[in-house]
Amino acid sequence: MNYGKEFLKGLIQENPVLVSLLGMCPTLAVTTGAFNGIGMGLSTMFVLICSNIVISLLRRAIPQQVKLPCYIVIIASFVTLIQFLVHGFVPALYTSLGAFLELITVNCIILGRAEMFASKNNPIASALDGAGMGLGFTLALFLMGSIREIFGSGTWMGLSVPGMAGHTISLFVMPAGGFLTLGFVIAIVCAISNRKPPKKLGCAACPNAASCGAGCEEADA
Amino acid sequence: MSTYITIIIAAVLTNNFVLSKFYGICPFLGVSKKLDSSVGMGAAVIFVMLCASIVTYPIYHLLLKPLELTYLRTVAFILIIAVFVQLLEIMMKKLMPPLYRTLGIYLPLITTNCAVLGVTIMNIDDGYSFGQSLVNAGFSGLGFALAMLIFSGVRSRVDDAEENSPKLFRGIPATLIAAAIVSMSFLGFGGIGQ
Repeated sequence: MNYGKEFLKGLIQENPVLVSLLGMCPTLAVTTGAFNGIGMGLSTMFVLICSNIVISLLRRAIPQQVKLPCYIVIIASFVTLIQFLVHGFVPALYTSLGAFLELITVNCIILGRAEMFASKNNPIASALDGAGMGLGFTLALFLMGSIREIFGSGTWMGLSVPGMAGHTISLFVMPAGGFLTLGFVIAIVCAISNRKPPKKLGCAACPNAASCGAGCEEADA
Repeated sequence: MSTYITIIIAAVLTNNFVLSKFYGICPFLGVSKKLDSSVGMGAAVIFVMLCASIVTYPIYHLLLKPLELTYLRTVAFILIIAVFVQLLEIMMKKLMPPLYRTLGIYLPLITTNCAVLGVTIMNIDDGYSFGQSLVNAGFSGLGFALAMLIFSGVRSRVDDAEENSPKLFRGIPATLIAAAIVSMSFLGFGGIGQ
């Protein structure tokens, strides 16, 4: 197995947000600033690496019928852990992320990687896959957060950006700006990588696809 | 009474669950152009959110809080929701087959929709009473359904106009930009109920 490849694929080629379109809720909600984006990304990455390792170790012990509740409990335990860590060490981040830190539990990137990768591969590969995907998620959130913070508040990582004072567009830090920025970022990423923009959400990787959007689309077809 | 009205207005209009709080984006963006599947999904979410709030509120206030185990909230809530939705599905199948046929397909794994866990956490964090929690859950669900309903109409127009839109934006980028415009229109409700 090529471990380097497992790590690198998540960064750009299979970036969970910009290419696979997973984990849209936190991507839109917490990216009003670059720092929040990094914080959310790294917290998710921590949970993703740990849950991938544990699920991979237990992959022969977890019965097929109850795998989803098992995954959710494992993931929720690590989320509780990261909540304590963030609350203790970065209280400002804890306040600004709000409920979304707790909602990492239901982030479909994590469940998706558990289902698609960790349940089929060894712990080392799973850890690297988690690290790569987590870093890809962090990169995407950092990019979104930077764009929204620079245009919306005229600052970057809390430092004021020269030339932006008095020219800020507050729409960017509003909820509508999240949708707008993500739309443009995905289009531009597709243009750079010379691909067609995706037609559907990346629900194929998600064990719940049948129940949400993808289910409706299948019902239509 | 006025707190109830404030909660209702915030949940449906000013702080819409999807368009300004970003809970449940996946079903919102993945929703089909078909009106009835978005109505079905919306109804199922309202129902599950109400039930989840009814079950999690006493667990938190009567069990976790007295035992000082509040940090177990995430694990406890997600497990309860998972088990509960599963039970609900079995009961519905047995007792209310017509309802099951309309809502059943959306039920099984609404579990991991962040809207459901999100509303139960919000009930606790905002310090709502049991009554306020129920109102909040019901009307947040209604806000979700409203956003889905409006967007399914917008989406079908966007898809029809695909031929005329720039190649770069066809598909998801155009959908996201349409969502931005719908979200912007909800900004107009800002300030109501304050």
